[in-house]
Amino acid sequence: MMSPDRHSFTRGLRLGIGPALATGVLALNFGAEARARGWGTVVPVVFSAFAFSGSAQFTLLSSLSGATVLAAIVASMVINVRYLVMSVAIAPSLRGSRLARMLQAQAIVDASFLAAHDEDDRYDVWRMIGVSVPQWIFWTAGTAVGVLAAPSPDLMHKLGLDVAFPAFFIILLIDEVRRSRRALVACLLGGTIAAGLLFVTSPSYALLGAAAATLIGLRRRRPHEAVPVCTDRQRQ
Amino acid sequence: MKLYLCVLIVSASNWLMKAAGPLVLGKRDLPPALVRVTQLTAPALLAGLIVTDLGGRTVDWTQLVGVGVAGVLNLVRMPMVAAAAAGVATTALVRLVSA
Repeated sequence: MMSPDRHSFTRGLRLGIGPALATGVLALNFGAEARARGWGTVVPVVFSAFAFSGSAQFTLLSSLSGATVLAAIVASMVINVRYLVMSVAIAPSLRGSRLARMLQAQAIVDASFLAAHDEDDRYDVWRMIGVSVPQWIFWTAGTAVGVLAAPSPDLMHKLGLDVAFPAFFIILLIDEVRRSRRALVACLLGGTIAAGLLFVTSPSYALLGAAAATLIGLRRRRPHEAVPVCTDRQRQ
Repeated sequence: MKLYLCVLIVSASNWLMKAAGPLVLGKRDLPPALVRVTQLTAPALLAGLIVTDLGGRTVDWTQLVGVGVAGVLNLVRMPMVAAAAAGVATTALVRLVSA
């Protein structure tokens, strides 16, 4: 009989396949671009293995060319402020000693955090780790392949791999908005804010702006706003 | 040297941001208002991710078709991975046909 934690981890591994493929494609691009900008072969792979953050890595890669070192570092840090929000959100669901919980939190990346969200508004930590493992492997290995082989972006575009992430996200979003009217409002507001910000800033900052939609949660919930949950997660 | 330093600082700040929740909160529960805010983190960020993935300076309609197919297949109870794979395959097919 499989323990609940192992079951969650295994399910996470399965859920992580799609995002991992998309992550691998991004990593190929990162590795190839870093090599082209004179980062060599070792630094990009080490960076991917340790930072495990596409948004921060791409930001540093692009901003180091045109900005001061301090500005590039600050930009790369600001881009990941959403991890602070996620870390606070997931903190009550982590288990073990403080060190163990800090290590578990290192598995936070966008797709894993979102896939770990349960109906009772807690987070399944082992599922999150399970979704992150294949993504980390593909991110690090993809960077290595990118610096060594620099595959054609045209081929990846033809294969439709750029759709893997948004397709995965739309499925998760459908589950989320079924939970409550307030989740639907947060979704619409977050999407609208991000769309508006895309006109004036980069996608990473637009994404950070979308997090402002969560502030509607400061208003107290009215009894009629809770709706029965009907989610597809359990059938996966 | 400059590059190594940048990589180290950005990696360390990333670890700290991810560890901030358990580091600062410990095992304490969040205040009710913050709980309500964090409950909405997933839908707000998901919507933002979809918009930023599909938006930008130009909108690629072949991506929209693939994402739409994945969403519809999920609604008719196809498992998540299969629905996402079908979305990717649809976009690839549409690009092949329309090339």
